[in-house]
Amino acid sequence: MTTLSPPVAAAHGVPDPAPHRHRRRRWIGWGFIGPFMAVFALVFLAPIAYSIYLSLFRNQIVGGNAFVGFDNYSRALSDPQFWSALSRVSLFLVVQVPIMLCLALLVALAIDSGRLHGKNFFRISIFLPYAVPAVVATLMWGFMYGTRFGLVGNINDWLGTSIPNPLSPDWVLLSIGNIVTWEFVGYNMLIFYSALRTIPTSLYEAAEIDGAGQLRIVRAIKLPAIRGALVIATIFSIIGSFQLFNEPSILQSLAPNAISTYFTPNLYAYSLSFSGQQYNYSATVAIIMGLITMVIAYVVQLRGMRKES
Amino acid sequence: MFTTTHRTRSRATATVAAIGALALTLTACGGGSDDDASPADAQSALEEGGTLTVWAWDPTLTDVAADFEAENPGVTIELVNAGTGNDQYTALQNAIAAGSGAPDLAQVEFYALPQFSLSESLADLTPYGADELADTFTPGPWGAVAQGEGIYALPTDSGPMALFYNKRVFDEHGIEVPTTWDEYIEAGRELQEADPGAYITNDTGDAGFTTSLIWQAGGQPYQVDGTNVTIDFSDEGSQTFADTWQTMIDDELVAPVSSWSDEWYQGLSDGSIATLVIGAWMRGNLESSVPGAAGDWAVAPMPQWEEGATATAENGGSSLAIPEASENKDLAWAFLEYATVGDGVQTRIEGGAFPATTADLEGAEFRDVEFEYFGGQAVNEVLADSAANVVEGWAYLPFQVYANSIFNDTVGQAYVGGTTLTDGLQSWQDASVAYGSDQGFTVTE
Repeated sequence: MTTLSPPVAAAHGVPDPAPHRHRRRRWIGWGFIGPFMAVFALVFLAPIAYSIYLSLFRNQIVGGNAFVGFDNYSRALSDPQFWSALSRVSLFLVVQVPIMLCLALLVALAIDSGRLHGKNFFRISIFLPYAVPAVVATLMWGFMYGTRFGLVGNINDWLGTSIPNPLSPDWVLLSIGNIVTWEFVGYNMLIFYSALRTIPTSLYEAAEIDGAGQLRIVRAIKLPAIRGALVIATIFSIIGSFQLFNEPSILQSLAPNAISTYFTPNLYAYSLSFSGQQYNYSATVAIIMGLITMVIAYVVQLRGMRKES
Repeated sequence: MFTTTHRTRSRATATVAAIGALALTLTACGGGSDDDASPADAQSALEEGGTLTVWAWDPTLTDVAADFEAENPGVTIELVNAGTGNDQYTALQNAIAAGSGAPDLAQVEFYALPQFSLSESLADLTPYGADELADTFTPGPWGAVAQGEGIYALPTDSGPMALFYNKRVFDEHGIEVPTTWDEYIEAGRELQEADPGAYITNDTGDAGFTTSLIWQAGGQPYQVDGTNVTIDFSDEGSQTFADTWQTMIDDELVAPVSSWSDEWYQGLSDGSIATLVIGAWMRGNLESSVPGAAGDWAVAPMPQWEEGATATAENGGSSLAIPEASENKDLAWAFLEYATVGDGVQTRIEGGAFPATTADLEGAEFRDVEFEYFGGQAVNEVLADSAANVVEGWAYLPFQVYANSIFNDTVGQAYVGGTTLTDGLQSWQDASVAYGSDQGFTVTE
């Protein structure tokens, strides 16, 4: 009951005479958030702390475990394989993400325009690929990319074309971009579409009275209104690009020479840890990638939000 | 079926299985070997009974375990499939590192044995009299399980290589079965002339295949003495292989199809991949996985580097080992002996395994079996002869699983025009040396 009194006491202008009450109040607060904090510490903080701990050691097959300070970090920063992986996903990010988001935006605007017959059908079929697990989607595309027995092979046979092997070293990144776009256009479309639905129709009516055409409405009303959604989708896509793993990992068995063990930073960390037993170095690569992703996502968020205000 | 021994090899990416824990196991097991163990102990352990946990993915062991239980009423065998190949090694290494949960017996492929035995994670079987079994097994598998002074496992199946070829395709185009690698290239050209869509074989860069061919050519790129390792792909055997196979790649005689892929099975079925030079376990795999080509395939001896020679190599193959962490080694030995040199061998042969025991390989009962799938050919005869002719002196690295995992990053580039096999082997060597040194081995080139 005593905990109920402070506001009253404060109202009377009486200074709190018992400091121990403060202490008790604080502990009661902890009691409430305790369960959350425990789970939070266990599942969020502990793994990160453990990775950082791991990244400061080096465990050798011969010689055992030793504290090496920041050696792993300096090694990663001068590791050509790490940089080649990072530049590959950066290229992927710069090319694939804009294409995917533009497509998603286009589809969302088309569906939202209300001028489309079978709107629900299009919405569901474009979203459907997102419901297909990435592993299944990649396997499926892997079969289609086959130049001998796959779809590409069939097209070449029927039409006499010579589509280059989508899984050759020069084309494989593009082929992966195609799979990822197919998978995630629907997801981003849904984010944009739901944002578009929240725009009050009175704005459209006002625009129409002012004589604005559809393009004008899109530029002056719809796009500014969904800027928040655009920023969010961009951030998700950046994180997704940097974390590229499933698609190259599965296609690797079909194109082992085109997809190296350090094709993406995640694949590199995976190979280091599971085939190389270099857990420490793998943790280092993971932490550096996490930091880079955070910084870039934060910069995008800052830029996006500043424009908004 | 036995391809399982091999299926993951090229995808070896998935693990050298926590060797990281090695230092731990070194200390933990330093004084733990049972020097006083003896065959008599195994006998009394059998009478006493108990439970054995066996980690293996070899399906023929199921019947062996059942028979063993029936013969020894007090014994229970728990057969656990802890994953195939690398997945199992990860689990095993983790269990060994954790100090609990390790099985009493584990299936380990030959190429992965060195990294377990080097860490002293496996019990030396010499005290049980395993050293007397040298002549029981064919030289290839025996060379794999006997390392230094110790014997760390007993072979369960082996993969002596032979030429599996599509006889229908060869007959159709009037091509002769090649006996040397030069003839093999020639046959590849003839085949492509006759049918532009057909290839003599497929290859997209396979560490197991490459090392096996270098092995057959007499190359010894790996020399291992404890933690002193030599890696040198400039020796004659390696170069012989590189030169010949470079021609295969340059002339586009190899289908750019990865083994174990869907396209691969289709190619084997419709004849567009006309031959495979591969381990004896392929016999069972063709029968079960390529039923459409029944009657088409036949087996011939492996093509030779020198005319008239009979040299062969091993490709894949498994063994059963007793982890040092097992608490029931005596009983484990009793089962191991039963499964690899006792009555279990016959059970496993009937189940489709290709054995590693000389007596069975030389016995008429095994050699004379006519396989309907192979048009009535006594296939085992060819395969068993191959087992007897495996070139001696080959060694795998104590970190072969990792080395194999980066094969396609380096040598594989030669298959997509990025480099030559010779240069690719050189960068594979460099990368392996770098890894070995980084892991504390003394590596010389």
